[in-house]
Amino acid sequence: MDRNQSRRQVAAMKQSLFDQGLLDEQFIQLEELQDDANPNFVEEIVTLHYRDSSRLITSIEQALKERNPLDFNKLDTLMHQFKGSSSSIGAKKVKAECNLFREYCRAGSAEGCMRSFQQLKREYAALRKKLEAYFQLARQAGPQETACRSK
Amino acid sequence: MESKKSEGESSRSRISALVVDDDAIIRKIHKAMLQQVFNMDAKSVKDGKEAVDLHRCGANFDIIFMDKEMPIMDGHEATKELRGMGVKSMIVGITTRADEKDREEFLAAGSNHCFEKPLNRAKVEQVLHDHPNFPF
Repeated sequence: MDRNQSRRQVAAMKQSLFDQGLLDEQFIQLEELQDDANPNFVEEIVTLHYRDSSRLITSIEQALKERNPLDFNKLDTLMHQFKGSSSSIGAKKVKAECNLFREYCRAGSAEGCMRSFQQLKREYAALRKKLEAYFQLARQAGPQETACRSK
Repeated sequence: MESKKSEGESSRSRISALVVDDDAIIRKIHKAMLQQVFNMDAKSVKDGKEAVDLHRCGANFDIIFMDKEMPIMDGHEATKELRGMGVKSMIVGITTRADEKDREEFLAAGSNHCFEKPLNRAKVEQVLHDHPNFPF
C-alpha cells in the first residue's frame, strides 16, 4: 500500500470516529499541537489518559462494591477526574456517560450509577480499541503534514 | 495587570502564564497550547496551594489559568487568596461543568473570566482579545 493510500485510510478512520460521535473538537485541538518537535503528542496524551482511566475505573469499581451505603461523594469525585481526563482527549460519548453517572450520584441512585458505569466502560473500551487501531495505522502511514498555526 | 513587555528584553516580551490544575494531562495540554499557539512562557502547578506558595515566593504571572476543583485548595479559594495578597494577574477560572454557580463563585472570588473545560484556542483568543494590554 503506498503512502498516500495509507494516509487516506488514516484520514477516513479518523473521520469515522467523529461521524460516530466518539470524538469531538478537542481531538483536533490536540492534533494542532503536534509538530516536528512533538511528533507523537496526541498519542502521548492518549496513553496518559489510558493510564489514568485504568486506575480510575479500578477505584470506581471498588467504590461501587463498598455498598451499604454507597459513598456518592467519593464516586462523584472519582468520576469528576475521569470526566476531566476524557474531555482532554475529546472522548465525546465517554464524557456524556460521565455526566450521566454524576447525575445519578447527585440523585443518590445506586442502580443508576451501576447501570451508567457499565455503559461507560463499554464506551471507553470501544473508543480505546478504535484509537489503538487508528494510531497503529497512523504510525504505518508515517508523519502527516502538520496543521498551520498562526504565530 | 502587569505587562511583561520591556524594550530591549526579548525574553520578557512573552506573556507569562501559569496553569493550575491537578490533572497532569490537562497541565501538559494547556502548557503546550499556550507555548506553541500563543508563544507564552508557561509554567504549571498541581493545585491552588502551590499557586499561592509560588506567589508568596515572589513569582508573578501575566495570566493564570485556574482549575476549579482541586485537592488541598480549590480554584476559587486560591483566587481569593491571590487577590487578597494583591496579585493583579488576569485570572481565568476553568470549570468542569457548565454550572452557573461555579462561574459565579469564581467571579466573586476575583477571577476575570470563567470557562468550561477544556481550555482551547478560541477561549484563550477571546480572553486576549478582551484585554488589549496583552499583545498578539
